[in-house]
Amino acid sequence: MKYGVNEQGYYGDFGGAYIPEMLYPNVEELRQQYLKIINDADFKAEFDQLLKDYVGRPSPLYHAKRYSEKYGANIFLKREDLNHTGSHKINNAIGQILLAKRLGKKRIIAETGAGQHGVATATVCALMGIECIVYMGEVDMARQAPNVARMKMLGAKVVPAKSGSKTLKDATNEALRDWIGNPVDTHYIIGSVVGPYPYPDMVARFQSIISAETKQQLKEHTGKELPEYVMACVGGGSNAMGMFYHFLDDESVKLVAVEAAGKGVDSGHSAATTFLGKEGVLHGSRTILMQTDDGQVVEPYSVSAGLDYPGIGPQHAHLYKINRAQYVSVTDDEALQAGLLCCQLEGIIPAIESAHALAQLEKMKFKADDNVVVCLSGRGDKDLDTYIKYFNY
Amino acid sequence: MNRLNQLFAAKKDNLLSIYYTAGYPAIDTTIDIAEALEKAGADFLEIGFPYSDPVADGPTIQNSSQQALDNGMTLNLLFEQLKDLRKRVSIPILLMGYVNPIVQFGVERFCKMAAEAGVDGVIVPDLPMYEYETLYSGFFKDNNLSNIFLVTPQTSEERIRKIDNLSDSFIYLLSSSSITGGNLSVSNSIEDYYKRVKAMELKNPTIIGFGISNSETFNKACQYANGAIVGSAFVKLLEQDGYMGKISGFVRSIRP
Ligand SMILES: Cc1ncc(COP(=O)(O)O)c(C=O)c1O
Repeated sequence: MKYGVNEQGYYGDFGGAYIPEMLYPNVEELRQQYLKIINDADFKAEFDQLLKDYVGRPSPLYHAKRYSEKYGANIFLKREDLNHTGSHKINNAIGQILLAKRLGKKRIIAETGAGQHGVATATVCALMGIECIVYMGEVDMARQAPNVARMKMLGAKVVPAKSGSKTLKDATNEALRDWIGNPVDTHYIIGSVVGPYPYPDMVARFQSIISAETKQQLKEHTGKELPEYVMACVGGGSNAMGMFYHFLDDESVKLVAVEAAGKGVDSGHSAATTFLGKEGVLHGSRTILMQTDDGQVVEPYSVSAGLDYPGIGPQHAHLYKINRAQYVSVTDDEALQAGLLCCQLEGIIPAIESAHALAQLEKMKFKADDNVVVCLSGRGDKDLDTYIKYFNY
Repeated sequence: MNRLNQLFAAKKDNLLSIYYTAGYPAIDTTIDIAEALEKAGADFLEIGFPYSDPVADGPTIQNSSQQALDNGMTLNLLFEQLKDLRKRVSIPILLMGYVNPIVQFGVERFCKMAAEAGVDGVIVPDLPMYEYETLYSGFFKDNNLSNIFLVTPQTSEERIRKIDNLSDSFIYLLSSSSITGGNLSVSNSIEDYYKRVKAMELKNPTIIGFGISNSETFNKACQYANGAIVGSAFVKLLEQDGYMGKISGFVRSIRP
């Protein structure tokens, strides 16, 4: 793969494994084992079976007729919202729990922002009967309360992260600290294409099912495998990387990644990483992150907890730098309006994260016969409170 | 030979190092605290420069780092303060912090400024060996700065050998795989680990850190290594009123 990771864990200038020595044995074990395990026929069979029977894959590729009329192109929605647990996060959680089992791990930790990854992880731990601890920023626990309850019902322990901005980056710090203290029996299920190598590559592989299915489904719909555009929102970047993965080498496919501008990129309340960030190191990889001139991580802001992260995965940083994908941003207001429009035009309540990708449709200039695939990464049930408050329902 | 090498050549046992965060509890006490620690008898010091996301640190050092940042500490300001360092302090000094602020500052410039200030070594827990070797070791060597590597109970013998080869002053042995601020526990398996490392007859001295908080844990650590480092326990002292007057008593309570 032209845009894949090299042996040292780098995508161009980005990636690597910037971890303290305490994490080295864990990460090294993963690095040595992950490809062997996930390419193993037994693993593949179990993974595929669970994706089919438990997650409900393949997720539909839906030709959205009213959107298509409105935007003057063939708009398709890749329905990750219809997965069990309500988002794409389950694809990765299933992959990693099967891997953790094969590594003989007895205890699972995870970080979560919107709670979707936490719910997905709690779910697969229940499925496998493995202890599960989820770190979640205190601020996020308040704004995603239904998901906190869901995780608890699924048997997970939810631990509030009280440091820093009390959001996703701090939950990630706490999970890393837990892993440092539990180096032998614990596997850390990272929820996005971030973290030290091999995580970005491993998570991208588990999410690549999104684009693998899309290619085939698009061919059934249109007779062609390749669309003109593929679009997705980016927090850490896992749904986007899954959506881009099998199109990366097809240079005719334009890749559009949508970041959260929050209250506007210049407002001081934003999470638009490629606009506001610089190269540096965050959570174990060299990437682009929002930071001060002194190298302190800036606290991001977005109405959407899943996009409220100051970095992006290293492969995204690379695709951005070499211009293979276009990185744009959408404000809170634009996303919420787009979420409502999706309800009213298509009868689908999207996650606010996914609504960012939908909002970008307004700003695109399509030709009439363009095929456009948008990753609808999750459903909006968890966001009803936010929608209701915003629109006064 | 920097000051660290001279120290380790002269003294082989019961070495005491103290860690504190620059800019905490007040912005302008960095050198005052170093001076007080030298007078109190510390053998060398680690001055932490704060980072917003210190993943290897427990609540005490996290809090001191956040407070230092709130006080306005930056690497630029720290180097400004360190201009007076060698007028007032003669024991070896290490800087300790995370890689991102150094990358933003510029690794080469960081090494130069550190050397100019009279710093002897650097501890960057999240700077990996591969990147150090391939990208940065030249800057460290040109400036006669030691890069200190960490070893944990889980570090393989092969990797410890590699670390020993890359090190040129001492190796930092973690008392367990943990973040800072825990308690030293000497279980059988930890004792085996210390003995295993000792039996390897490394060319570099070893210093034990993380969880050393009083004379008991200090003495225990010194049975297995050339000395030990006290961090969170000292940072906690700095939280108290009148901490300047308590520094010599604190050092004597660790190593009479
Ligand atoms: C529905 C949904 N979409 C997108 C994201 C953002 O994550 P990523 O960028 O890794 O896909 C999240 C994260 O919680 C999410 O829940």
